[in-house]
Amino acid sequence: MMFFDTIAKLKKKGVLGMNARNVAYIARYNPRHLFPLVDDKLQTKEAAKKFGIRVPDLFGVVRYTGDLVNLGDLLSPLDGFAVKPLRGSGGKGIIIISGRDGDNYLKPSGKPLSLADIRHDISNILSGVYSLGGRPDTAVIESLIRGLPYLLNYSFEGLPDIRVIVFRGFPVMAMMRCPTRLSDGKANLHQGAVGVGLDICSGRAIRAVQKDYLVDRHPDTEKDFSDLQIPDWDEILQLSARCYDMTGLGYIGCDFVIDEHRGPMILELNARPGLAVQIANGIGLRTRLEMVEALEHRDRHADERVALIKEMLACTPTQAASA
Amino acid sequence: MSPKGQVYLFAILFAFTGLCLTIYKASVLHFPLLPNTERKVWSVEAKINFDAIGDPVTVNLALPETQQQFSILDEVFASAGYGFNMQDGDHRRASWTRNTVRGPQTLYYKLEVTEKLEKVLPADSPLDEEIVQPVWTQVEKVAAESLIRSARELSADPGSFTLQLLKMMSGQSASQDALLLQQTSGGQSTAQLALKLLAEAGITARMVRGIYLENRLYNQKADELVEIHDGSQWLVFDPRSASQGVPENFFMWQRGGRSMLDVVGGYNSRVRFSVLANDISAKAVALQEATSGNAALVDFNIYSLPIDKQTIFKLLLLVPIGALVVVIFRILVGLKTSGTFMPVLIALAFIQTQLLPGIIILVTLVAAGLWIRSYLSKLDLLMVARLAAVVIAVVILMAGFSIFSYKMGLDQLMTVTFFPMIIIAWTIERMSIVWEEDGPKEVVRQGGGSLIVAIVAYLVMTNRYVEHLTYNFPEILLIELGIILVLGQYTGYRLSELKRFRFLIDK
Repeated sequence: MMFFDTIAKLKKKGVLGMNARNVAYIARYNPRHLFPLVDDKLQTKEAAKKFGIRVPDLFGVVRYTGDLVNLGDLLSPLDGFAVKPLRGSGGKGIIIISGRDGDNYLKPSGKPLSLADIRHDISNILSGVYSLGGRPDTAVIESLIRGLPYLLNYSFEGLPDIRVIVFRGFPVMAMMRCPTRLSDGKANLHQGAVGVGLDICSGRAIRAVQKDYLVDRHPDTEKDFSDLQIPDWDEILQLSARCYDMTGLGYIGCDFVIDEHRGPMILELNARPGLAVQIANGIGLRTRLEMVEALEHRDRHADERVALIKEMLACTPTQAASA
Repeated sequence: MSPKGQVYLFAILFAFTGLCLTIYKASVLHFPLLPNTERKVWSVEAKINFDAIGDPVTVNLALPETQQQFSILDEVFASAGYGFNMQDGDHRRASWTRNTVRGPQTLYYKLEVTEKLEKVLPADSPLDEEIVQPVWTQVEKVAAESLIRSARELSADPGSFTLQLLKMMSGQSASQDALLLQQTSGGQSTAQLALKLLAEAGITARMVRGIYLENRLYNQKADELVEIHDGSQWLVFDPRSASQGVPENFFMWQRGGRSMLDVVGGYNSRVRFSVLANDISAKAVALQEATSGNAALVDFNIYSLPIDKQTIFKLLLLVPIGALVVVIFRILVGLKTSGTFMPVLIALAFIQTQLLPGIIILVTLVAAGLWIRSYLSKLDLLMVARLAAVVIAVVILMAGFSIFSYKMGLDQLMTVTFFPMIIIAWTIERMSIVWEEDGPKEVVRQGGGSLIVAIVAYLVMTNRYVEHLTYNFPEILLIELGIILVLGQYTGYRLSELKRFRFLIDK
């Protein structure tokens, strides 16, 4: 039977399915009362600062439609900024402004937006269009991250981000998400962004996948993925391990961006990270999750956990050193 | 106990309870497991006629007793102007009374009878008959004694003796002695004669009166059987065919006891029976049987609600089936739907509109709604106001739809009002956001997913077996709950994931 054969093979590969993720990991390791810390970006920011984890600067918060009257005063001095729904997920509703053209605001694509356009988008955010369950939301205006030129080579328009799956404080799997023309500049894999599996040991690319198919080069920039190695990789591992201490959530996805000047910073945390990371890496998550589950459970320092996961994944010291 | 263990414990508990209740109702209370099962119900009418002489009248009729083969579903006593009273006990009797009345009178007693599906052995009725020595003339006495003697020679026990005796008295093989007795008895029936002979022979015996349940039987006298006690139990004989056992379809009215009908204050009294057979749905019969038997399971049931409320429940009981379909599609198949249980609500609307018109209406409404919503999104409205505007637009669309289809003579499409408009408005809102965020492809994907689930849910919910079972066996809810609990623990792959992760498999 093809059908049972496929199931058996996926199982053998240690592929984690949606049901297993929901029941065996999210429900078991993520206490519901800790969710607001990651779903609410303001809370995440505050907590991150307390733990010394870098986050984009906060320019302003728009809570009520009435505040929109003063939007012009808030935005006019800014060259670039990002507007995000506080409780949004999956990158929905985010407006990126990377430049100015007189009174108009320019999107990274060069498309101009008037102040009224931005007001409309923010009013959508406030009315809860992008929040989970349609609750009224708040718009957050953050500093724009200037991406590292080296990584921008692997991206069309948007900023590539790095997703690290952290299980009980151990960074178990990672990928880079590169926006493409197909994904409309968004780092969303199901819309056509390229997912690049990253070696936990070194931050080197393992393979790159776009819409289920392996690719060698970025479809728009033609940059070869096989040369890719994430800079500051050990710092990213260490930061992601600390996200566990900060949130108390056992199974999270940490989204990093690397700023040209300020280095890696947390963009957002996700208490329900998707499973596409497996496709990008060509490896099942479950094997690694079970490896961590099998460990004796005790308090370990973030550095200790990073060292331990590298040891478990049998990283050679040279690989680690080269990072 | 681990949460997983608890889930399985409860799931098994629920499913087992549901299953047991269902089996109990099906096998003991005879609720039919399949729709349109019918059972034969006999309407028996006993009509009492007499001429009143102008004095106070008392009419006393023996009523049928609990019996082996048949159960009584319903009894009606129709008697204008008469006081009525019923005596319960070993021998039930009805009595009608009236102060003064003159002229021909008619009283009715009607009952509905159905054959029991499994035969319950009757409690052996007590031996309360006494042998009354019969009075014979000299000639009769000689004939009777000779008859008894020859029957004794051919028999071993009271049972076979009775059989021989009845054989000698019936049909062409009747002996000379029997013929003589019949001639001199002055219109006595074979059964009455047989009883006299049995008394003479010292055997306890009694009369059994009843009727044959045959369709379209009018104005029949009660038939008579003979019952003897062989020392340990009562045995029934049919004198007409000279055979042992209760004849097929014989409805026993009265075993032993006094006369069937007593009338004080009247003459020319007689009781005549009419029988009519009906095919009635097995469920109605089971329901009546159970109510008359006071089965608590049926007493506290949906059937005890008024009819119009029952229809609502009929629909409500289908919702869990739809929910189960959604659970299966989301957990086992992994189909994306917009809104978790929206497909169930759509399927409910489909039940009212029929499938094809329903799909046409729904797709048109949502498409038109999306178009209107795309304009509204340019107007900078707050979400609640925008949603309300979409609701109003949906109402206008529905009204337009109804009027248009009415004018065109398309009655089917007038059922548009069955769609829950708030749900449609919300669907339009969600879909339009998906459109803006993820493009029209995703709209088609999610909308199509919802539609597929809704159609499957509709097909399952309108399946006549499912409809019949959910309505007549609400206990099945517990089984559904058990299944859903178990599915909630399913951690295996979804069908869609086999495709999604297919490239992770080594070639």
